Amino acid sequence: MTLILPYNREEEGAHPALLSPDYKSTVKRSPHQPLISIPQTLTELTGPAGRWDRLMGPALADLTKVGKGEAIGQRIVVSGRVLDEDGRPVPNTIVEVWQANAAGRYIHKKDQWNAPLDPNFTGSGRVITDDQGRYRFLTISPGAYPWGNHYNAWRPAHIHFSLMGPAFATRLVTQMYFPGDPLIPLDPIANAVPAAALPRMISRFDIETTQEAFALSFIFDIVLRGRDATPMED
Amino acid sequence: MSGQTPWQTVGPYFHYALPWKGGADLVEGKGEAGARMDLLPDGHYTLNPNDQPRGAAKGAVVTITGTLFDGDGVPIPDGFVELWQANAAGRYDSPDDTRVEVALDQDFIGFGRAATDADGVFTIRTVKPGRVPGPGNSLQAPHIAISVMARGIIKRMVSRIYFADEPSNGEDPILDLVPADRRATLLAVPAGEGKYLFDIRLQGEGETVFFDI
Ligand SMILES: [Fe+3]
Repeated sequence: MTLILPYNREEEGAHPALLSPDYKSTVKRSPHQPLISIPQTLTELTGPAGRWDRLMGPALADLTKVGKGEAIGQRIVVSGRVLDEDGRPVPNTIVEVWQANAAGRYIHKKDQWNAPLDPNFTGSGRVITDDQGRYRFLTISPGAYPWGNHYNAWRPAHIHFSLMGPAFATRLVTQMYFPGDPLIPLDPIANAVPAAALPRMISRFDIETTQEAFALSFIFDIVLRGRDATPMED
Repeated sequence: MSGQTPWQTVGPYFHYALPWKGGADLVEGKGEAGARMDLLPDGHYTLNPNDQPRGAAKGAVVTITGTLFDGDGVPIPDGFVELWQANAAGRYDSPDDTRVEVALDQDFIGFGRAATDADGVFTIRTVKPGRVPGPGNSLQAPHIAISVMARGIIKRMVSRIYFADEPSNGEDPILDLVPADRRATLLAVPAGEGKYLFDIRLQGEGETVFFDI
């Protein structure tokens, strides 16, 4: 018999509802039936660790130098720690990012917005957290971009983040926003999150780690589900 | 204590960041399975170059194909299915599966991603997983845990793929929690030698069962 500690459930008041009608695409893509609650079994309590390189190839932490020349835009360092709800670091887990270029355009073929592409910027990267749960990317400040959700709809500047954590149960995909962005209060995707939790997605500018004559620095700590305090006999 | 970071959608442009070449072929990681190279301009693919030699995983190879549908029955071309499963012997390649008596397979990790194509279709090539323990003294039927993500899905939707022709489904502790008239939405249906069909309906008639874990 193994003693298995389940992970905490989704925190009440921290996450958006699957049906968030102001973000129109959720209307036909969210279930009508309630979710069925199941216990966390070995399936939900495990996840691949230490196998990322074999699955996806080597890490890519510098997004500014993937082309022949340097990417165009304001260089920024984006770094932080991946933690659980008790503040413990989450080491050895994959952090994947993707974003628009400085003009707000994705290199993706379906992005047809009339803003320049940067041939030297793909906008995707991935790293593994160290033993303190730290990660760090060097990238370009992403631009805001318009989208078709409603009249004059603009996404605030953001970087998409995808994390696994230690188990299937700790999976998280989120978006990192920038402090003081006037588009944040107008954005249906950010505001699908309860107001009290929205600031958790906004990075903070940090002068200490800003690099003299090179790059601004933004810090974004990410909190994954922690372990439930009550052990369960399996 | 600090609070959980909120979920957000992957949006429509995840294709050059998340699904990698071979990511939907859990047996050998071959070819471009699971990736959408048609959406990436030349020279902008930065994930797995897919040149690492690799053996074939042990077990019965199965190919699972399905379409991801929205509430109007329209296929979703900008989504993906993420997979996590045990190997053919029923062991997870995870430091948290400590059952050393069940063998690992050095050629099988059990994690993958399959992007839907322009017609909303995803295809997974894997081995049928073995049975793993459930709550108490129960044993679960072979299953693949899935997360479904897409533009318009603001928080991943969790489900499972079971195999309709598997005799142990009747004793599975998780299927047992699902109302009998909805269980069929979790069963991949045999479609010839090693082939299965598993459609995912996000909403409405025949809506797939999604779990809160
Ligand atoms: Fe975006």
